[in-house]
Amino acid sequence: MIKASLFATCLGDNFFAEACADTVRLLRHFGVEVDFPEGQTCCGQPAFNAGHRGDAERMARHTETVFAESEYVVLPSGSCASMMRAHYPGLLSGEETPGDSARVWELCQFLVHVLGVESIGSGLEGRTVAYHHGCHALRELGIEHEPVTLLRSAGASVLDWEADRECCGFGGLFSAKMPEVSASMADRKLETLPDVDVVTSSDGGCLLQLSGRAERRGGSPPFRHVASLLWQGASP
Amino acid sequence: MSHVNPGAYREAAARSLRDTPEVRGSVGSATRTFEASRTRAFAPIDGDRWRDWARDVKTHTLLNLDQYLEQAVERLEANGVHVHWAEKDVDALRVLDDIVERHGVRTAVKAKSMLSEELGVNEHLERLGVEPVETDLGEYIIQLLGEPPSHIVGPAIHKSLDECRALFHDHLGTPLDGTPERLAAAAREALRARFLGAELGISGGNFLAADTGTVALIENEGNIRLSTSIPNVHVAFVGIEKVVPTLEDVAGFLQITARSATGQPIGLFVSLIQGPRKADEVDGPEEVHVVLVDNGRTNALADEAAWEALRCVRCGACLNSCPVYRQTGGHAYGWTYSGPIGAILAPAMLGLERAMPLPHASSLCGACVDVCPVRIPIPDILLHWRERAVEAGLTPLGERAGSGMYASLAARPRAFEGAGAMLRHTPWRQTGRTLPVLGSWAQERDMPRPSAKSFRQLWKEGIE
Repeated sequence: MIKASLFATCLGDNFFAEACADTVRLLRHFGVEVDFPEGQTCCGQPAFNAGHRGDAERMARHTETVFAESEYVVLPSGSCASMMRAHYPGLLSGEETPGDSARVWELCQFLVHVLGVESIGSGLEGRTVAYHHGCHALRELGIEHEPVTLLRSAGASVLDWEADRECCGFGGLFSAKMPEVSASMADRKLETLPDVDVVTSSDGGCLLQLSGRAERRGGSPPFRHVASLLWQGASP
Repeated sequence: MSHVNPGAYREAAARSLRDTPEVRGSVGSATRTFEASRTRAFAPIDGDRWRDWARDVKTHTLLNLDQYLEQAVERLEANGVHVHWAEKDVDALRVLDDIVERHGVRTAVKAKSMLSEELGVNEHLERLGVEPVETDLGEYIIQLLGEPPSHIVGPAIHKSLDECRALFHDHLGTPLDGTPERLAAAAREALRARFLGAELGISGGNFLAADTGTVALIENEGNIRLSTSIPNVHVAFVGIEKVVPTLEDVAGFLQITARSATGQPIGLFVSLIQGPRKADEVDGPEEVHVVLVDNGRTNALADEAAWEALRCVRCGACLNSCPVYRQTGGHAYGWTYSGPIGAILAPAMLGLERAMPLPHASSLCGACVDVCPVRIPIPDILLHWRERAVEAGLTPLGERAGSGMYASLAARPRAFEGAGAMLRHTPWRQTGRTLPVLGSWAQERDMPRPSAKSFRQLWKEGIE
């Protein structure tokens, strides 16, 4: 049996708790033994991206210690997975025992490439979905078809969205340092959004940015984490 | 350049979005068109191999810059070109003083050149009593408006067709519903007389081949050809990073630059400046000057990360792909070079303190990396400057303290959990507007709702 540790991430733990629970359900559904190392906190990405390298290093070291025994680390977040895979090796290059970044996976990528899942179920029949590609998932992890393929396998119609690969404007502290430009970037996403039942993404940060802006503008489809949609798709 | 003010980026960007929302429309539509053209132009070629080649040639040249510059100067002088070295902008501008006086220059026609913008050539010419005439259509438009360029390749990218119609109606008497062709024809006619009457032609240089001493220029309108061949004197301002080893390299760079900039296989006109008119030639200037400009470039070269930005060929592809640039165009950046490339060059060339907060004018989305023809690792260099800014104490104290506190919390899971519980049990969604970071968030968006229970709690209760 494959064993995997869930890294809920700080945003997931506090803002997408149900999506994290759905991540556990999905993984178990496909035969994974899931554990949750309780010492986990934050991967350090917000500090890293704002230039606070020392702070990011502390958080990276802590996270590596927490997951030291894990065979796989699975995250319902493309950008945090990317932080660990793409940036931990450089950040912790001075460490004696750097973690193996290849064991870190974003959820959809893990389902498709490690578990070999091709089809999820049929729980999304008749649903129309718009999928937002988080930048780090797309460009640093190369996740492009996996979430869309899984959603479609469950019966969802994933509609074309002109701006689906454009940045939502979140960017961690960027959203607070340059709020006007950041919001304008979210507006571009919302202005081009097709008429769908639900908007989804593998990244909680992007979803908070888009839904927060949509609420401010008034009237929008619901935003849900892809883990929850996929679990809905897999549910009998 | 006279109006360098990157420090006001956030305010300028916000003002642009609030007061001139049509700029976002014009810039957005033009950059997306540029980007689509680039994508089409790269489809039939092995883009990765081209980009690897371009990166490697530029890197090799930068690592041996002194040697290639010496070779270039030797060949330029053998071709009969007057070569000048300029450490600072004032040194570059001073070259013009003597030329203007000796030749009694009253009008200078200018080929589009970002370096001349960086140096403030137009303002200097005016001080010398010379009228500078921009001859690139986009530059002509913004010169009439008295504005700096908003984009490296399309300087008037922030203007709509209707705004240009009104402008040309006022200045050239074209009808208010004139077609773009009609407007271009009117500009062409007005400029033709200026070309014929100018004593001095000024250009930049896209590339400088060290083995032949050739300055190469790319364009689509023919104005560079005229600016560099009709007037009796030609001055080319060339950044020292523009040198490449051979003319054969130039042949490759002309193609990848045009494909990246406008999606063309090559520019409609390529001018190869090989020195002044020879005895048996009928065209060309009698006197050619090449001014090799540093103006902060050796500072960039000495930086452990930012030196890679000197590979830049000024194609503008990173601007076209940048979702941040697309919201405002270039003026908000407060410097000649805007967008991602401007944000990484400014700290190296102007100094980090003066360039702040440009390294933060990016969400680090990485779209620029996908299109850069010389593979400049732009997000890595942005991060590098952000780290240097933290070290130099150029980030707000509150942010530094907050980041440190968060990192300390994150090392203590119990405390971290407690902080998460506070999210749920204090009315911060209402009070957050008064807090740092959260207040900025709340200015533009509704506050996120924390989950009713943390995942940690759900896990303890057992997940069915």
